[in-house]
Amino acid sequence: MTATDETGKEARMAGLSDLITGGRPIASHRPWPRVVVDEATWQAVMAQLADGNPTLLGLWGEAAGVHIALCDEAAEAIVVLSLDCADGRYPSVGAQHPPAIRPERAAQDLFGLTPIGLPDTRPWLDHGRWGLSRPLGAAAVPRDPAYAFLAAEGESLHQIPVGPVHAGIIEPGHFRFSASGETVVRLEERLGYVHKGIEGLMAGATLEQGARLAGRVSGDSTVAYALAFARAVEAALGVEVPERAHWLRALMAELERVANHLGDIGAICNDAAFSLMHAQCGILREQVLRASDTCFGHRLMRDRIIPGGVTVDLTLDGAASLRRLVAALRRRFPALIELYDNTASLQDRTVGTGVLALDRARQFGAGGFVGRASGRRFDARRSMRYPPYDRLAFEVPTLEAGDVNARIWVRIREVGQSLDLIDMILDALPAGALRLEVPAAAGEGLALVEGFRGDILVWLRLAEDGRIARCHLRDPSWFQWPLLEAAIEGNIVADFPLCNKSFNCSYSGHDL
Amino acid sequence: MRKLLFESLIRLPVTEPAPAPDDAALAELGEALGLAARRRLGRSLAIREVDAGSCNGCELEIHALNNAYYDIERFGLRFVASPRHADVLLVTGPVTKNMREALERTHVATPDPKWVVAVGDCAVDGGCFASSYAVVGSVAAVIPVDLRIPGCPPAPIAMLKGLLALLEPDTRRAVQRPAAAG
Repeated sequence: MTATDETGKEARMAGLSDLITGGRPIASHRPWPRVVVDEATWQAVMAQLADGNPTLLGLWGEAAGVHIALCDEAAEAIVVLSLDCADGRYPSVGAQHPPAIRPERAAQDLFGLTPIGLPDTRPWLDHGRWGLSRPLGAAAVPRDPAYAFLAAEGESLHQIPVGPVHAGIIEPGHFRFSASGETVVRLEERLGYVHKGIEGLMAGATLEQGARLAGRVSGDSTVAYALAFARAVEAALGVEVPERAHWLRALMAELERVANHLGDIGAICNDAAFSLMHAQCGILREQVLRASDTCFGHRLMRDRIIPGGVTVDLTLDGAASLRRLVAALRRRFPALIELYDNTASLQDRTVGTGVLALDRARQFGAGGFVGRASGRRFDARRSMRYPPYDRLAFEVPTLEAGDVNARIWVRIREVGQSLDLIDMILDALPAGALRLEVPAAAGEGLALVEGFRGDILVWLRLAEDGRIARCHLRDPSWFQWPLLEAAIEGNIVADFPLCNKSFNCSYSGHDL
Repeated sequence: MRKLLFESLIRLPVTEPAPAPDDAALAELGEALGLAARRRLGRSLAIREVDAGSCNGCELEIHALNNAYYDIERFGLRFVASPRHADVLLVTGPVTKNMREALERTHVATPDPKWVVAVGDCAVDGGCFASSYAVVGSVAAVIPVDLRIPGCPPAPIAMLKGLLALLEPDTRRAVQRPAAAG
């Protein structure tokens, strides 16, 4: 790194802290600051975002304001900036920083906030079918369901519409391919089909109802979402859960990560018509789910993490069954890795396919295996050091190729890391209480938790009576779906399932 | 690869023994199914899965039906890619307003005779999303449902029991008896 780079980095970091000192801080926001800024500062931040630092963690609306969460990755610091917009208009962040475009379109659909200068003003979550528009703002008449896809013009281009109902057992979404022969010229995604209005249901919900909803945002990340929600509540109330609860939560989170990665590795190979890997990985995944059921009473460990702690304890039998599970996976998994690595016909499909460049991954703040396979070294467990990861030694596997193969390999390495973590957690698991009663009080909290697919952000405000006033849940997929459009460009249509599965973005987590 | 394949020849299969069909499912189906239609299908059903708003939890467990432990194909049940090839629609999720039309059109595209199985608490009654502005509610609020398999999500073995009831000859007799008496 050159001296100029160093100076530039310091200047940018100084810039971020200047913004914090310049605005009006909200005292009840924890653990990171939230600052209400003026429009000039808002504009200055956009310039910084476009410049590459800080990273945009999320953008969400309220009836009379808009918030952005920013992360300074070098300083490992987060700040939430808020802009009041009583007239419902604010300067668009997406105008200068494309990752904000879809969140701004969503906030426009839900709250009626108008981003001035937004390059794409089409609706996003609102398909004109709700019977009203702006459901969380001042409700108005429904919009027209017509939707214009972006044009792709050229000689003998053809369009392939796919979905929302797909051929496999997967979630619904629409893909519009423009292809020249076999080559994809443009992919445009249209999502929002499984929008369930979760943020609307959250408003006014009790913490118990909120935890159930959070655990049902994205079924494959039920542990990670419940954890992010619980941590945001605990931050808002300023309570610290019992030590044993921290460790049991991490145990569940690592089991969830292993189960999902095993499922993904098999499923990606299956999309290259290599069903042997799929069958073998399916067996291992099932063993993880069964062990989770034995230990925590539910195969996906749903509703086990709540604000204040956890609902179930790990029995002695449970610990022994996890030790057996880890040993069995360590015995069986290497043969599958070898099979993957030594099958030329499979490598032929995965190597060099669906390449995502590092600068794009950085620009979008892509988390999880999508970012790490392209060289973006960010893992909330490491960067935010939430307990008990602050006391655990683990690596964050990072590759640089950015292709399907790299995304498989990051998963393979993470399975190994998670098995080590499970061992370490079982060794260090302290005795003690499982939960504490959380008080009913007002406050604002933010949590960033590493799910298997990347960092999940939950921001919430609790009212005086302890109910949820506003809760925003941001899935990592918000910043990965747009990158899939970029990664598929120039690949053949037949490789789309491979690319899509290697990204494995959540539809439900994104659509909310 | 050869080693792995050879191992699977000599190792005992991990596959679970066939579970008994679920009694509640048998009773529900007994009321719903026509004998003639069942005869036409024999002991084989093609299933088209439709996510009409699910959180993806049910899909994970439906996927598990295909793994070596549950191996659903040994019962003549298989998942197909198109509703045009399907006898059964396996529908998950509270039906969202944005998915309603897609579900209706998938149902229309499925040839008769056909059955609809609602999988999971959300598909049964809308679950914790029932009161949302963006949700229609249960699957039955949109298309006729023949069998309900509750759970959040239902374990694969519970789904298998429910689906096996679709193939059960006893169900046919249950339907046949009142018909014969009439």
